[in-house]
Amino acid sequence: MKLDSKIPQGPIDKKWSDYKNHIKLVNPANKRNIDVIVVGTGLAGGSAAATLAELGYNVKAFCYQDSPRRAHSIAAQGGINAAKNYQGDGDSIHRLFYDTVKGGDYRAREANVHRLSEVSANIIDQCVAQGVPLAREYGGLLDNRSFGGTQVSRTFYAKGQTGQQLLLGAYSAMNRQIGRGKIQMYNRHEMLDLVLVDGKARGIIARNLINGEIERHSGHAVVIATGGYGNVFFLSTNAMGSNVTAAWKAHKRGAFFANPCFTQIHPTCIPVTGDHQSKLTLMSESLRNDGRIWVPKKMEDAVAIREGKLKPTQIAEEDRDYYLERRYPSFGNLVPRDVASRAAKERCDAGYGVNATGEAVYLDFASAIERYGKEQARIQHLNENDAKLVYKLGRDVVENKYGNLFQMYEKIVDEDPYTTPMMIYPAVHYTMGGVWVDYNLMSTIEGCYVIGEANFSDHGANRLGASALMQGLADGYFVLPYTIGDYLADDIRTGAIPTDLPEFVAAEKNVQDMIDHLMNNKGSHSVDYFHKKLGKIMWDKVGMARNAQGLNEAMDEIAALREEFYKDVKVSGTAESFNQELEKALRVADFLELGELFAKDALHREESCGGHFREEHQTEEGEAQRDDENFAYAAAWEYKGNPRDAVLHKEDLVYENIKLVTRSYK
Amino acid sequence: MNLTLKIWRQKNAKEQGKIVEYKINNVSPDMSFLEMLDVLNNELIEKGDDPVAFDHDCREGICGMCSLFINGQAHGPDRGVTTCQLHMRKFKDGDTIYIEPFRAKAFPVIKDLVVDRTAFDKIQHAGGFVSVNTSGNTQDANAIPIPKHDADKSFDAATCIGCGACVATCKNSSAMLFVSAKVSQFALLPQGKVEAADRVMNMVAEMDALGFGNCTNTGACEVECPKGISLENIARMNREYLKAAL
Ligand SMILES: Cc1cc2nc3c(=O)[nH]c(=O)nc-3n(C[C@H](O)[C@H](O)[C@H](O)COP(=O)(O)OP(=O)(O)OC[C@H]3O[C@@H](n4cnc5c(N)ncnc54)[C@H](O)[C@@H]3O)c2cc1C
Ligand code: SF4
Ligand code: FES
Repeated sequence: MKLDSKIPQGPIDKKWSDYKNHIKLVNPANKRNIDVIVVGTGLAGGSAAATLAELGYNVKAFCYQDSPRRAHSIAAQGGINAAKNYQGDGDSIHRLFYDTVKGGDYRAREANVHRLSEVSANIIDQCVAQGVPLAREYGGLLDNRSFGGTQVSRTFYAKGQTGQQLLLGAYSAMNRQIGRGKIQMYNRHEMLDLVLVDGKARGIIARNLINGEIERHSGHAVVIATGGYGNVFFLSTNAMGSNVTAAWKAHKRGAFFANPCFTQIHPTCIPVTGDHQSKLTLMSESLRNDGRIWVPKKMEDAVAIREGKLKPTQIAEEDRDYYLERRYPSFGNLVPRDVASRAAKERCDAGYGVNATGEAVYLDFASAIERYGKEQARIQHLNENDAKLVYKLGRDVVENKYGNLFQMYEKIVDEDPYTTPMMIYPAVHYTMGGVWVDYNLMSTIEGCYVIGEANFSDHGANRLGASALMQGLADGYFVLPYTIGDYLADDIRTGAIPTDLPEFVAAEKNVQDMIDHLMNNKGSHSVDYFHKKLGKIMWDKVGMARNAQGLNEAMDEIAALREEFYKDVKVSGTAESFNQELEKALRVADFLELGELFAKDALHREESCGGHFREEHQTEEGEAQRDDENFAYAAAWEYKGNPRDAVLHKEDLVYENIKLVTRSYK
Repeated sequence: MNLTLKIWRQKNAKEQGKIVEYKINNVSPDMSFLEMLDVLNNELIEKGDDPVAFDHDCREGICGMCSLFINGQAHGPDRGVTTCQLHMRKFKDGDTIYIEPFRAKAFPVIKDLVVDRTAFDKIQHAGGFVSVNTSGNTQDANAIPIPKHDADKSFDAATCIGCGACVATCKNSSAMLFVSAKVSQFALLPQGKVEAADRVMNMVAEMDALGFGNCTNTGACEVECPKGISLENIARMNREYLKAAL
């Protein structure tokens, strides 16, 4: 099968508008005869469900939580980008496009990224119209801040709870349609298989998580918006239930899976403390606007800190190594996440880590507090030499900006980050890989669309901050509703899809057999036992830095662990009831397959780019070394049974508008 | 730390539940409360027992999924946090801890500590939105300037995570704090004004129909709310309601 990305002809800045002018439309009366299944109600799925319903389609929406409002998007902290140029600092659609392509280390599809930049401004208008309380300046206009990887201020935010507010906006748009009966919402339902009829996606098999019933649902198209798969590492910043199941089941039914190894490691998370830990907590990247990152310059200071004999505040200014400012003078603390993460790892590997495990660096707000304090003192005509007053004023400003993050830190670490610098370390955050989709966001299965973090298209090898929320809402509100119409226009006479077709029966049996196996297995270990083991293999050998030997070992170890899982996992309770162990078992089973493909993908990509760092391919200064000659493509894998037998298809990435250059933030 | 846990176990909505006692050892003060339950569950599973069901997802205090009544308090003894943010350092070695579901007529138990809070969604279906098309063809966002003070206040109301602690804490099982937070968010913004009257009437009617009790101004909800949603919102909602009813 040849991959066809269906990128429209014409100049880049005309592609999307031309495309919209020429697609087939479905008349409103006919939309009523068409059913669309949307799996996932995060920013991508929620906005898509609301918009499709508003356009007139019958929507069935699914999520595994008890309410769409709790989708993992709720946790996003920092903000959302949009090329509004409200600050007049030189921003434009082109610049956002350029920054995103560069940020992704030239492994994203130009046409998609340009479209994303074009619609970004509409997202803000839309959300404000819905009553999303984004941050304002005193004049009543919207406020912005800057994020890693850019030099303009284009990030819109709502304190440290941007994802929450944007999601509640999409949720309220859904509620309006649920109230009107245009969306049927299935809470606490998990999609466990995709049903194809005559090669087209026509439905799903879902498990009602309350009573365990296996249900068949049909539709004319299926939209998968189930988020990312960072939980393959067990420890990540993702919500505990985030999983790859829906995307993986689509993959097994014929959807190619692209760039699985592109994972973003976020530099500012709370470090791991012990084996009991269930997840990692992110400290928003926006903190790097004001926080300065450092470790001690002298080894003996680092050792003394680790032993608890010295406090960070006792280290003199000249004995601190602000390593990001030193290595990357033009971007400083605002380098992209992969760069910041690797730099932290480099310092800790060299022995300068500052917590008990030696895997932490400082994020320090002392100079920001002083700077803001002096500014406030001047504005309020107070004495700017009064240190105590300046501290108080500065602290108030910092609290106003990041208060909830500081509070979160304090609860977890039991230290006051206003007076002692925060400790941070990189952690798995989100995934750039996902189901391969064409320009229309359709996978290689006809009628199966994939949007938001679950697809692969817009971010290349690195997601910049504030770009995932943008993509989720762009896909859901503004892109999919057009592109899906073009496909559905052929279905106006099809009529409802019956669920007693043999394909539904077979898919249901497939799910039932798997559940029966897990429930009847007389194993001895819990699901978490296997998940943690998988996570350790992934982090040690497929994590922030990878090499051929480790990747080969990882593939074998994951395959062996998968076998052990099927022999030895123990799932208690019954299948016909609320059973959280069974839910986890079904998810981990899929992670155990994905993990192996992930390692295989990392092994084949003999270059370093963005979040993918192969130790064999680095410059003398330890920077990522790309190989555009041989690897300027998206790797799309076709399922062939065992993950290691997957077949590689390449979508060549053609850069007509942006010149491929070495990505430098120096 | 070594602890005694007294946990509410209930197979499903129909069966009677009861408190069951468990012992747990070697609890680290750095664990979150939910991680402590993970450890207990792991032990139960490896022994062949049924693990304790409880709701959770983000474990960052933002999704609103976790619940738990701990020693008679929604989300436990710490102020301004959800259960997933509560850490074991708030307890002492040898403590006995009672763990029960959020109880309310409108929140039936699904299993053990998991309750059904979809009533909250139903209230939102009745009017928790601004009726605007999702086409993006709206006016430029800066064409609706909003005083920072109002935007901040609206934001404060909008930070309600829908956890239900207010209902579980209230002696009347009233949902007033939750509903008033949403009403306030929109009442404070120009975007929400046009349909403000319908919104408050519809949401309040739905709240009553779903079996939530009335507010008698006890104020327990505000004390237990992990997001510091203030009683001021209830006052604002009452004003909005009066205005709409006149
Ligand atoms: C802590 C944190 C902070 C972040 N901060 C930012 C930020 O500041 N800016 C930014 O741009 N991005 C940020 N991100 C990334 C961003 O939040 C995500 O990429 C984005 O929200 C993903 O949205 P989504 O709609 O694709 O998926 P999600 O929001 O993950 O939604 C997935 C949905 O799918 C459902 N689901 C999953 N599997 C199934 C199944 N099998 N059956 C049925 N339903 C299923 C879930 O119930 C849920 O409704 C952050 C991420 C984290 C973890
Ligand atoms: S008002 Fe507070 S306690 Fe009630 S649901 Fe909202 S966040 Fe929870
Ligand atoms: S698990 Fe999300 S708020 Fe506690």
